[in-house]
Amino acid sequence: MIYIRNIGAYFLMLGWVFRKPRKMSIFWKMLMHEVQHIGINSIPIVALMSTFIGAVISLQTASNMDSPLLPAYTVGYITQSSIILEFSPTIISLILAGKVGSNIASEIGTMRITEQIDALEIMGVNSLNYLVFPKVIAAIAYFPVLVIFSMFLGMLGGFAALVISGLQSPETYILGLRSWFDVYNIYYALTKTVAFGFIIVSISSFYGYYVKGGSLDVGKASTKSVVVSSVVILIFNFIITKLMLL
Amino acid sequence: MIEVVSVNKTFGKQQVLFDVSATFLPGKVNLIIGQSGQGKSVLAKCMVGLHEVDSGNILFNGRDFTAMEKSEKSEIRQEIGMLFQGSALFDSMTVEENVKFPLSMFTKMTKKEMQMRVDFCLERVNLSGRNGLYPSECSGGMQKRVGIARAISMNPKYLFCDEPNSGLDPKTAIVIDSLIKDITYEYGITTMVITHDMNSVMEIGDSVLFIHQGKKWWEGDRHSIITTDNPEINAFVFASEFMKEIRESLKGQKR
Repeated sequence: MIYIRNIGAYFLMLGWVFRKPRKMSIFWKMLMHEVQHIGINSIPIVALMSTFIGAVISLQTASNMDSPLLPAYTVGYITQSSIILEFSPTIISLILAGKVGSNIASEIGTMRITEQIDALEIMGVNSLNYLVFPKVIAAIAYFPVLVIFSMFLGMLGGFAALVISGLQSPETYILGLRSWFDVYNIYYALTKTVAFGFIIVSISSFYGYYVKGGSLDVGKASTKSVVVSSVVILIFNFIITKLMLL
Repeated sequence: MIEVVSVNKTFGKQQVLFDVSATFLPGKVNLIIGQSGQGKSVLAKCMVGLHEVDSGNILFNGRDFTAMEKSEKSEIRQEIGMLFQGSALFDSMTVEENVKFPLSMFTKMTKKEMQMRVDFCLERVNLSGRNGLYPSECSGGMQKRVGIARAISMNPKYLFCDEPNSGLDPKTAIVIDSLIKDITYEYGITTMVITHDMNSVMEIGDSVLFIHQGKKWWEGDRHSIITTDNPEINAFVFASEFMKEIRESLKGQKR
């Protein structure tokens, strides 16, 4: 029963989020702040994860390719496919659900328990529109940038691992990366990313905004937002894949 | 003027307010007092629209707030300033940005005009030159004063103060009380103060409403509150042995 009530409350919340901002100048200021907060501050973790996982994917693929019937460039092709189709859009989104999602839930939750949201409401400000809308737009706009960055670094990590360890020549690996490359896969990955960005920000904001109690409850809301966002991401990953690839 | 007419409020199965009616006059400091958990904060939150009432009406100068759409309520809310118990300052903003926030959100003032208004409000609460501080760098009393500056920045018609002295030392509490009183008289604001601090009652209570068990139990002023025979009021006002002794000596003087 509580799940149905939460789903209803979530959609009602979205109704208040997607309104025209009262002052566009303030909205732009908030948007720039959120791009910095959600997007630019996530670059280091995305870079670190992407480079090393890209390296590991290529090494694992190479270690499992012992059939002489498979050409050497298959390693590059599998690395490219894994990174574009699944690692960068989905795994990076799950990581961002942990980093960005918990941050948003605890930020908004703290504002709730310290009556800052009440202060906004009493002033006559639509607090959901003011707080959540810029975050949603920042995530939708910037998550694809992070994912493209992640794809590039993932493939670069694979390149570094294979070439530095002497397992493949740069030409063979690059040939693999370029083999059967399909632009549609990029569209598919970015579509997923936009959906996941929206899911992360909106669900985390929901749990933060409706928190009741004290700091302990903010912590619980933060954890819950990460868990629920991650589960919803996995479900939508399946749905979008079924719709777009099959 | 704010009129509360037969307001009832329930949370789940628990009724918190029972048919509360009261009138709060402009240019006066109107106090809502009572023990913790008796419904005074709920009444105040109903009045500013943070809680929906189950039945009854709240009228701001004759305009029925309870019957309004959210957009209409937003208009009324721009006439309301509120000082919260914990100040509720935006912790990502400086003192200046906090005071400027409602101005930048709701007015078409130029940057220069806004700056002048911010400086005026900060000067009014004796915080000139503290513009660049963050709330975390301010003491409790300073945070309350910033809260007052923010509340008055839009020239409100109604000022709500939720336990303005909680957590403050007696001397700072008197400073905050005096500030609330001065601002109320100076601008003719209808001020509501929710408190259980008897010092505040005696300092600034032009009219006092005592809420007990969710009902309007008693109404009067700061002078009549110490002479009334109402047992619940006496139990609240003269809770300590020291105050009981004062009451006995007052009675002795009367005889």
